[in-house]
Amino acid sequence: MSENVTRRGVLKTLAGIVGGIMAMPAARTCKAAVQNGLASSHAPPGYDPFQHKWLMALDVDRCIGCGMCVEACCQENSVPEGHWRTWIERYVITKPKPGSGETRGETVVDSPDGGRKGFGAELVPKEDILKSFFVPKLCNLCENSPCTQVCPVGATFEAPDGAVLVDKNYCIGCGFCVQACPYGCRFFNPETRTADKCNLCYHRITKGLKPACVEICPSQARIFGDLKNPVPDDPLQKFISSNKVEALKKFLGTGPRVAYAGLDEEVR
Amino acid sequence: MNASILTNVVDSLPQFQGYVYPNERTLHPLWSVLIVVYPYVTGLVAGAFIMASLVRVFKVKTLEPIYRLALLTALAFMLCATLPLLCHLGHPERCFEIMMTPHFSSPMAMFGFVYAWYLMAVLLLELWFDYRRDFVEWSNTQSGLRGLIYRAFTLGVTDLSEPAVRLDARMGRIISIVGIPSAFLLHGYVGFIFGSIKANPWWGNVLMPIIFILSAVVSGMALCVFAYMFLCWARRVTADMRCLDLMTSFLFYALVIDATIEGLDWLHRLYSAEEGIDVLRFVATSKLFYTLLLGQLCLGTLVPFLLLGSMQLFRRKVGDLNRRRVYFSSAALILAGVLAMRWNVVIGGQLFSKSLRGFMSYKMEFAGSEGWLLSAGLIALPFVILTVLIKYFLAQDLPTLENVVPGAARTQEPPEAPI
Repeated sequence: MSENVTRRGVLKTLAGIVGGIMAMPAARTCKAAVQNGLASSHAPPGYDPFQHKWLMALDVDRCIGCGMCVEACCQENSVPEGHWRTWIERYVITKPKPGSGETRGETVVDSPDGGRKGFGAELVPKEDILKSFFVPKLCNLCENSPCTQVCPVGATFEAPDGAVLVDKNYCIGCGFCVQACPYGCRFFNPETRTADKCNLCYHRITKGLKPACVEICPSQARIFGDLKNPVPDDPLQKFISSNKVEALKKFLGTGPRVAYAGLDEEVR
Repeated sequence: MNASILTNVVDSLPQFQGYVYPNERTLHPLWSVLIVVYPYVTGLVAGAFIMASLVRVFKVKTLEPIYRLALLTALAFMLCATLPLLCHLGHPERCFEIMMTPHFSSPMAMFGFVYAWYLMAVLLLELWFDYRRDFVEWSNTQSGLRGLIYRAFTLGVTDLSEPAVRLDARMGRIISIVGIPSAFLLHGYVGFIFGSIKANPWWGNVLMPIIFILSAVVSGMALCVFAYMFLCWARRVTADMRCLDLMTSFLFYALVIDATIEGLDWLHRLYSAEEGIDVLRFVATSKLFYTLLLGQLCLGTLVPFLLLGSMQLFRRKVGDLNRRRVYFSSAALILAGVLAMRWNVVIGGQLFSKSLRGFMSYKMEFAGSEGWLLSAGLIALPFVILTVLIKYFLAQDLPTLENVVPGAARTQEPPEAPI
């Protein structure tokens, strides 16, 4: 071994290598920041996400549980079998037992096939039902979304227009975001092997169209609009002003933006 | 025939009870047994390193026979720590994006850096400084592949003068001191990956990183006891009883602290009785009866606690052979108990719906990418690596220098008599 090789020299080389490796993430982060500005998100050229703020509102009392929104979503977005970007839950609350001193009995919830084919017979005999209603579910468009917070590579992000998107060409498929979503809105797509979720039909809304589920809803239970560009007699603004609206699991601090009217305390 | 009947019986068991969000109605939990193995292996690294640090930093001379073994154990497990994660990723080919374009608010991204720091700046450097002198010696005395390996590992630094050797020892100690918080950070971060998920009441808990660190220390110490006793048995030498007694004392106290904090966690959960406590109680007592109450609590904690505790009290009255038996079985039980704890955290947190209205079941596959065969292989792999490391760096026929430098551990105990 050459006598010119000293420990100091070796350590210097090692430090250089380590320093180089440490500097690479910083350089790549800068590169990623530039790339983020140019990220592909199904938006057509010329669409400026800073000029919009999309919001979905849901009128629980209007939903009839027909499941057409679910079917439309699955077809529009080629959602793999057994996974859901949106779904409908049926809540059946039974009458309290006489003399129990309670205001309500048991709460039974179901969502067969995500409500895609509608709902079958009632889960409990009709005479025992106190009340029953349908609740459509989708991404809650959180302001402090825990799913984007935990993504190790930043493949999922909140777009300036309020949509929470996943870059499937960048996602590593670790599933951390699926675990972090408190609403069960995300899933692991077995075809792309990445995380997947409702993106408000981003390919449609950026062209001035409505999301598929909103477009097809026969009872106008789903209301969609642009908060930055309200149209005359805007249905979204009208909905917000004429209803007492609520959001799901607000206590978690995720800042869910999707507004629900007519929500019962049993809905989670 | 029997297999098909069994398959049918297993398939006919209800997989979902109550209401489960449609996206949660999957065949397997998203994070399956591979993610159980990941924190287990990482924890063993941290624990084994803490054991080695007791010699270097705290100068517990009695533990010198296991210093190098503990470090090599930590290295063997460290090399495999990320494999379960990699096997689990949907796109493993993109794994380096975690390091190249990290998202700084993600605990998983930070883990990549902590792992790299710990492996390259702590473990490998400490081993190198500790071994450099021996590498130089061995490269002169050994020939063939072995000699070549030792020569390569000297990295060309062949200076064996007294100041150089003293510098090695000082550097080793400094790295050890840095290594202790690094080991805590390494496994604390693993705990934080779970603790940061506020959507899940089983995981989202401020004590989770602490519990992970403490259980890691316990499991790593148990692994050192296990590995040392196994090595002595394999080499037909008698284990150093003073060293074993002290190791198991540390193990006992670590177990007491770990069990106390985990008990405190449950006490707090039950007392504060926040939303979802009924679900957690059901999961703990019903779904996880065998792994939590029987595996983790009884066999993994109470039995070793009683065994090791009685050894603290009646050590002098128990013969060496019986003591060794008690130590070995306690270490094995603790190792199994901590594995059960990882299972309970990872799988338990996915046995109930985030709607808090229903439960899922987990039927583990045998083969396949998420099967137990691969997981068992991933747990066995570090032991294979450790065997190779011991063969090359802890071999009995390698001449090692006597303790020239205070604090630096050297040889294994000389052979005395078979166990």
